[in-house]
Amino acid sequence: MRWRAYGEHAALLDCDSLPQMSAAHATIAATRPDGVAELVPGAHSLLVVETPGSGALAAVRELLSGADLEHPPGGEPREITLDVTYDGEDLELVAEDAGVSTEDVVRLHTDAVYTVAFTGFAPGFGYLTGLPEPLRQPRLPTPRTRVPPGSVGIAGEFTGVYPRVSPGGWRLIGHTRAVLFDPRADPPALLAPGDRVRFRSAG
Amino acid sequence: MRAVEVVEPGPLALVQDLGRPGYAHLGVPPSGALDVPALKLANRLVGNDEAAAGVECLFGGLRLRAKTSCTIAVTGPPVTVRVDDRDVGSHAPVWLAAGQVASIGAPATGLRCYLAVSGGIAIDAELGSRSRDVLSEIGPAPLRAGDVLPLGPPSVSGGADVVLPTVAPAELVVRVDPGPRAHWFSGLAAGLAKTWTVTAESNRVGLRLDGPALTRGDEYAERELPSEGLLTGAVQVPPSGLPVVFLADHPTTGGYPVAAVVRQASLPSLAQARPGTLLRFHSSTRMWNR
Repeated sequence: MRWRAYGEHAALLDCDSLPQMSAAHATIAATRPDGVAELVPGAHSLLVVETPGSGALAAVRELLSGADLEHPPGGEPREITLDVTYDGEDLELVAEDAGVSTEDVVRLHTDAVYTVAFTGFAPGFGYLTGLPEPLRQPRLPTPRTRVPPGSVGIAGEFTGVYPRVSPGGWRLIGHTRAVLFDPRADPPALLAPGDRVRFRSAG
Repeated sequence: MRAVEVVEPGPLALVQDLGRPGYAHLGVPPSGALDVPALKLANRLVGNDEAAAGVECLFGGLRLRAKTSCTIAVTGPPVTVRVDDRDVGSHAPVWLAAGQVASIGAPATGLRCYLAVSGGIAIDAELGSRSRDVLSEIGPAPLRAGDVLPLGPPSVSGGADVVLPTVAPAELVVRVDPGPRAHWFSGLAAGLAKTWTVTAESNRVGLRLDGPALTRGDEYAERELPSEGLLTGAVQVPPSGLPVVFLADHPTTGGYPVAAVVRQASLPSLAQARPGTLLRFHSSTRMWNR
């Protein structure tokens, strides 16, 4: 784990693993020094942006240098359950590549507990880790130009839900009617980094 | 209700204020005016708070009718401003009577003009901002003919300011610091110092540049980058080796290395960089040797 320069008012904590990033994120979020303008998790990194002149970057470095990242501050994560209809266009392809039945794909996907590692791609799009090994599959060779909102997809080590219509290359296994992002709601995003997520089959 | 009506929007007219920072962890770009000093100046000229919402007007063409009397000011590159058939000039407060139409011409240099109206545009905010984010499609839709924009209450004090319209240069020097993945590249400082051309694929998300491709060091040639946070001013280098300089509507995370980061003071000049503008990055060698 090391700090990397990122312009005048930010620094990137380059972590060795996702769990290490999550521990660092939990450590900073627990006390959040004044002047931390943005705290943006990535897959193996954490971007810290300070309000100019606040000294928050130095405070965060100090906080982490003395932290025990093996035992990050606990706090119960939020738990969110999403009801999913498993009727995705790529469900059979996913079953075939996993060497299981489509029912098994649903069982594998609903039995696991996921963590929102980071967001990106679109507002409210969370990259969820915890996907069972057989479902870790490549993206489609050609992305779809239009993925409907609420589509539940898998790609590599991640699963996630498309908050709105967009192009996308993830393999689609189902859809949910949950609203993932609403800029007029508080909070605007259903999923935030650190949240625990389960999927439940809505038949 | 105090209001102005859009008669013609021109190529692209967007409501912008100072954006919605603080939501990057949810995937929400900061957005906001690209040329922040220009929007702040326009607001001061009409007596508004600097953070009030105005219109960011790409390449002129905007025509607005005052529904009630109001004061406007247009800033950014010098540009023709008419009220009905009278040339009133940019960078000065102009009073409009109800029914009068203000028209912004096409700027001779630069790209984006900013129009402020006394009271500010008081359209509903989303996540604390009235800015249109073209990547996420958050905030008020691009203006269309017939749109009526409500205005807030005007300030009692009149506007005043020092007015220095800046002409956008045909060749830009942009100051940068090393980015978090500077070490992935070979000969980066020299590569960035070469002459780049702003391409027509540029927008509020980022400036796309053409020029001699940047190359990675051998050790990083095939390296994949797990997605990491992005900032306004981040110079990201995709496999083509041709950099993208991210602007206010940038995605919040990305999977290509960020080689350099533009200094805050250089960001407004990027807002005015037309396609075809020549650009060189300048950095202090001391920084790169560290």
